Amino acid sequence: MPPTKTKTEKTTETRILFRNIDEPGLSKISTYKRLGGYKSLVKAYTEMTPEDLLAELEASDLRGRGGAGFSMGKKASFLPRGDMDKYLCCNADESEPGTFKDRELMQKNPHQLIEGMVIAARAAGANRCFIYIRGEYVLQADTLDRAVAEAYEAGYLGEDVCGTGEQVELVVHRGAGAYICGEETALLDSLEGKRGNPRLKPPFPAVEGLYGGPTLINNVETLSNLPHIVASGAEWFRSFGTEQSPGTKVVSVSGDVAKPGNYEIELGVPVRGIIDDLAGGASGKAKLKCFFPGGSSSPVLTVEEGMDLPYSFEAMADAGSMLGSGSIIVCDEETSVVELALRVARFYHHESCGKCTPCREGTNWTVKMLERLSHGEATPIDLETIVSVQGNITGNCLCVLGDSMAAPVSALVAKYRPEFDQAISMGGVNGHATAGNGHGGDALPDVAWPLGAGSAG
Amino acid sequence: MSAASDKAGEGMFPQEVDLERVLDERGFTPEIAEIDLDQAKTGSVGREPAPVPEPGEVEVPEKLRREIERAMAKYPEVKSASIPALWAVQREYGWCSPEGIHQAAAVLGVTPGYLQSVATFYDLFHTEPTGEHQVLVCTNISCWLRGADEMLQEMCEQAGTAPGETSEDGKLFVRGFECLGACDLAPMASIDGEYFGPLEPGEGAEAIAQLCAGEKVLPKRRLEDRGAAGGKRAGADRRTSSHPMNKTKAKPRAKKTGKA
Repeated sequence: MPPTKTKTEKTTETRILFRNIDEPGLSKISTYKRLGGYKSLVKAYTEMTPEDLLAELEASDLRGRGGAGFSMGKKASFLPRGDMDKYLCCNADESEPGTFKDRELMQKNPHQLIEGMVIAARAAGANRCFIYIRGEYVLQADTLDRAVAEAYEAGYLGEDVCGTGEQVELVVHRGAGAYICGEETALLDSLEGKRGNPRLKPPFPAVEGLYGGPTLINNVETLSNLPHIVASGAEWFRSFGTEQSPGTKVVSVSGDVAKPGNYEIELGVPVRGIIDDLAGGASGKAKLKCFFPGGSSSPVLTVEEGMDLPYSFEAMADAGSMLGSGSIIVCDEETSVVELALRVARFYHHESCGKCTPCREGTNWTVKMLERLSHGEATPIDLETIVSVQGNITGNCLCVLGDSMAAPVSALVAKYRPEFDQAISMGGVNGHATAGNGHGGDALPDVAWPLGAGSAG
Repeated sequence: MSAASDKAGEGMFPQEVDLERVLDERGFTPEIAEIDLDQAKTGSVGREPAPVPEPGEVEVPEKLRREIERAMAKYPEVKSASIPALWAVQREYGWCSPEGIHQAAAVLGVTPGYLQSVATFYDLFHTEPTGEHQVLVCTNISCWLRGADEMLQEMCEQAGTAPGETSEDGKLFVRGFECLGACDLAPMASIDGEYFGPLEPGEGAEAIAQLCAGEKVLPKRRLEDRGAAGGKRAGADRRTSSHPMNKTKAKPRAKKTGKA
């Protein structure tokens, strides 16, 4: 894949969702309306039919921003038509390591999300909406609560949206700390007041979701795009980004970069531009080594492989990874890849809900073997077993949580095999000491996972 | 209620466990837990899970009842209020105590076992007594790359506790936590629900000291006060000017964009 820009051209942000992001008081309805907010909602309810809306969304080719990248319009069109209780759930359980875009969108511009949800509700024919926000996001949930109350007051929510007689109710539902609840069917179970275990699919939520009714589930960023698409049209939206990845994307950049943060870019700009021009390049003296292009569940790309690729759904997939949630975690040369793999595996082990054996056991054993590697107690067989365990997890569970560990761990082993071999032959990572900057050995081998093995969420 | 009945049954308590002590530590009495100690010691509990409490027979603090009932009214199905109800219990008692769970179950009309099964699933619910102040230090990849392990250690040392444990005076609970969704603040911590970062070495200890002294914690490190990373004026694009949200803005800077 050729680079899309010459080196001299500096990558800059293209702000649509992040426009006015730091305008004082934007989270209040008065400021949001002063800046043109809720005009799209009025347009959607007074000038457009649900069919018009759906057609516009499909034409925009907006792809889901939560991880899977599925066409939002198509997903909405799967819901059956007709008079019945239908639900819209906003997935705000943002928990993928490296991802923090929805946090900023909800905290600073909650009305953009609410407006997008009420529009999506009309397109899908849903009358009850929920925002499932992770329990750790207290500030953001409080902000949303206030914004929802304002929207009710202003008549954008409730029994008679904009005087059209349409009813849309919206509830902010706080989770309580479980990564798995970001998986859409686990989210539904959790919203129904149960332990957040994923469901067997099919039936898909569009047919049988929340309370057994047809349900549309979309990410915060996806829904936040809707007011803009309704205001300016699908064609305008498609003028941003690439053919297969239209629009902009809020990218969370973190790790060993000088200026970590959220940057809204046009999809298709070079990765190098995001990391160097926007996030300021390497934070330390060491050169960059590799990066996760789409959260910790995406297979890492080495700097040589990935820096000059365009940042788009298709280019990341072609490179054997994925754009995922759009979160770039950057690691420099001082990072121990063995420790990195262990950190990844520990997360998925901790968050495995325990329902499916390959995931529950596979994540557990992967952590144990990687710990042995890190502590210098591993044999070459351990490394072989790590590889084969990943293969046995992939595709064998109800949801992709296990796969989300298998993919990055496999990629790390495949791409940095000599480092793993060295950990075996040299007796661990840095002799199990901590490197100067803490990138090396396991400084706190007993870092608390107080709930222990197999604990949920 | 299947989750509860799965757990009950034979061999639930190994014989070497001092059941009375275990119950006492968790704030149970054998009566609340509905356990026959003699029977339990023989290895067979042999009882049905506790039924749905009779609403009239359980005394519920008025505030707790109101909060749970308000949550119940929001959902088409009452059970959806389970997590909000557990939050309310935790606010009332500081943790999801058996007493609180029993009361919430009475208001919701579910079995205590059911609520217990939900409470144990989620990381933020405490099913054991915990410290007055909650300090969660993110130790996931991005924070780890920027010194989170050292930050956790620093905070634990200052608090005089180990990760995942409560300090002796009951004031502080410090633990490492999975990604809190604030990698731009790395290394960071959530202190009593509020996010702080990026933390310089020494600031973790400072935060703990401030908590103990009842002072405002790290006023310069609050997430709430942070602007977007790209600055205020980043990214104006001519094509966005057709959107009504742009009309009140200053003249956008022209920007060349490249497409694949």
